[in-house]
Amino acid sequence: MTSYLARRLAGTIPVLLLISLLVFLLIHAAPGDPTLLLLGEETNAADIAKAKAHWGLDQPIYVQYGKFLVSVAGGDFGKSFKYAEPVIGVIKSRLPATIELAIFAILIATLMAIPLGVWAGSKPNSWIDNLGTTFGLFGISMPSFWLAIMLILLLAGVLNILPTSGRSTYGIAGPEQTGFYILDSIMQRNGRAVWDALTHIFLPALALGINMLGILMRVTRSSILEVMNEDYIQTARAKGLRENKVVWRHVTRNALIPVITVVGLELGTLLSGSIIVETVFSWPGSGSLLITALNARDYPLVTGLVMIYTAAFVAINLIIDGLYAIVDPRICY
Amino acid sequence: MQSLTLESATDARDAVRAGILPRLHVKAFTGGAIVLAFILVGLFGPALAPLDPNKQELTAMMQAPAGIGSAHVLGTDNLGRDILSRVIYGSRVSLVVAFAVVFVSGFVGIVLGAVSGYFGGKVDFAIQKLVDVVWAFPPLLIGITLMAFLGQGLFNLILALVAQRWIPYCRVVRGQTLSLRGRDFVAAAQCLGASNRQIIVRHIIPNLIQTSLVIGTFAMASSIIAEASLSFLGVGVPPEIPTWGTMLADARIYISTAWWLPLFPGLCIFITVLGINLLGDGLRDLLDPRLKRTGAKI
Repeated sequence: MTSYLARRLAGTIPVLLLISLLVFLLIHAAPGDPTLLLLGEETNAADIAKAKAHWGLDQPIYVQYGKFLVSVAGGDFGKSFKYAEPVIGVIKSRLPATIELAIFAILIATLMAIPLGVWAGSKPNSWIDNLGTTFGLFGISMPSFWLAIMLILLLAGVLNILPTSGRSTYGIAGPEQTGFYILDSIMQRNGRAVWDALTHIFLPALALGINMLGILMRVTRSSILEVMNEDYIQTARAKGLRENKVVWRHVTRNALIPVITVVGLELGTLLSGSIIVETVFSWPGSGSLLITALNARDYPLVTGLVMIYTAAFVAINLIIDGLYAIVDPRICY
Repeated sequence: MQSLTLESATDARDAVRAGILPRLHVKAFTGGAIVLAFILVGLFGPALAPLDPNKQELTAMMQAPAGIGSAHVLGTDNLGRDILSRVIYGSRVSLVVAFAVVFVSGFVGIVLGAVSGYFGGKVDFAIQKLVDVVWAFPPLLIGITLMAFLGQGLFNLILALVAQRWIPYCRVVRGQTLSLRGRDFVAAAQCLGASNRQIIVRHIIPNLIQTSLVIGTFAMASSIIAEASLSFLGVGVPPEIPTWGTMLADARIYISTAWWLPLFPGLCIFITVLGINLLGDGLRDLLDPRLKRTGAKI
């Protein structure tokens, strides 16, 4: 398996290089001059030329790309035009918020979808199956940003029980250590801050996780239906095992492989979804940062963010491949 | 022949007894009806809309829905524009985008997938590398990046959405072509002197239509959500064209005071996507042979 994963890892390098070239060219060829956007329309030509020289924008595009590749190899994505700080630092400060949100969205989705999918799949055509199927269909058809707006309207606007923006109430969270508010608050044994962070994250995580919930529920259900017809399930029943044990011990474990694949594939959608959900909830993560950077034509920051998102997506798929062998011992690479 | 007919009849009877067939039809019909309504509203929008969607009535700003018979059935927005008319016109953009994306990406994906699977070798390698690169982008991100490069506009939006949506077709079609190219009817066509192009167009592609139809329905649903998402983020169509996504973006700041502003465009997206997914599910269930084995829809 190690050699297979090493081969896969090596295969991702040319893919990432091609993506970097594509993103670099697209962003640099996009309409809108970053110097004008940052310095203002009334800036004189000399100042614009000076700014372009400062940011290296006066050089040919292939030179800029070459320099970019060399610095990326050293872990440096350049300096943000807008924030005047190293790109990697700007992203680092915003990434924990996105990761924290994604983790909670996955938790909500899997904790609800898998039991519901198993239950629905093990009792085909029953009322629970119908309920689960309808729920799954609603989940995949729901635009996350609309759900986000409606959740704000209902739970925050009408009932006024949950906060609608940001990661915490001002003054409650302690000093930042890891950047993950909930983890930081737990480490500082600040129960009030943990609760505050949980109330802030619940609505965005639910909105972000709803599509994944629908898809996971449907995949779990159909996977359970498939496995239920296998001979070894008949054997398990024939030897007198209780149905509950058959379903949870024999069926569910074997039905988990496609579910893991979907979790992996949906993580990419989740990363994309975070861009829009973060915008709605004013969540200070890397998704909303991307929109800000795009609007400011902050080339280094946009390129850095797109590269990091894409690399994360590729890495997740690689990890998922490795996980197959752990979940299903029949798979060997 | 007789035994086959008897077997099929028994299967059908079992399926009806198990309550599967009526349910499948209900699903496909409900979905089909919603999709048909969406198409009709989109096509005849100008005749159906009571007012010009961009007409501003400053004396009628932020009016709540007042019911059938009133001047503004679904209310008005912050500029006094009629929500019902805007929602109806918004469906036209979604309709154009959804169908254009499905047809263009379907065409590109089926052709590349069939060529990749049929010829194999270097052609297959090159196409699959392209698939790897494009598929490595998280879905919405490629749309945002391309729209930043292309600029706002309906045509650009369709291009940006097609950029990744041809891949599911290509992957599935390639796999099916790999198995089809070894079949007797392809060998027979080769023996009769048919060219590669003739074999792909006349013999391979017609066998891929059923699967592509199912992929197409799901691609249509995802295109509508993606179009609304990009318009919501301000990188879709220009703001003067009413779309469900831009209506939601405009509504954001008035959530606490005007519930009807985000409700109706969002509901339209949800119901349309639900209808398309129902239709896709129904089609897939009807075309999926596993249905008979499991006794329930997959």
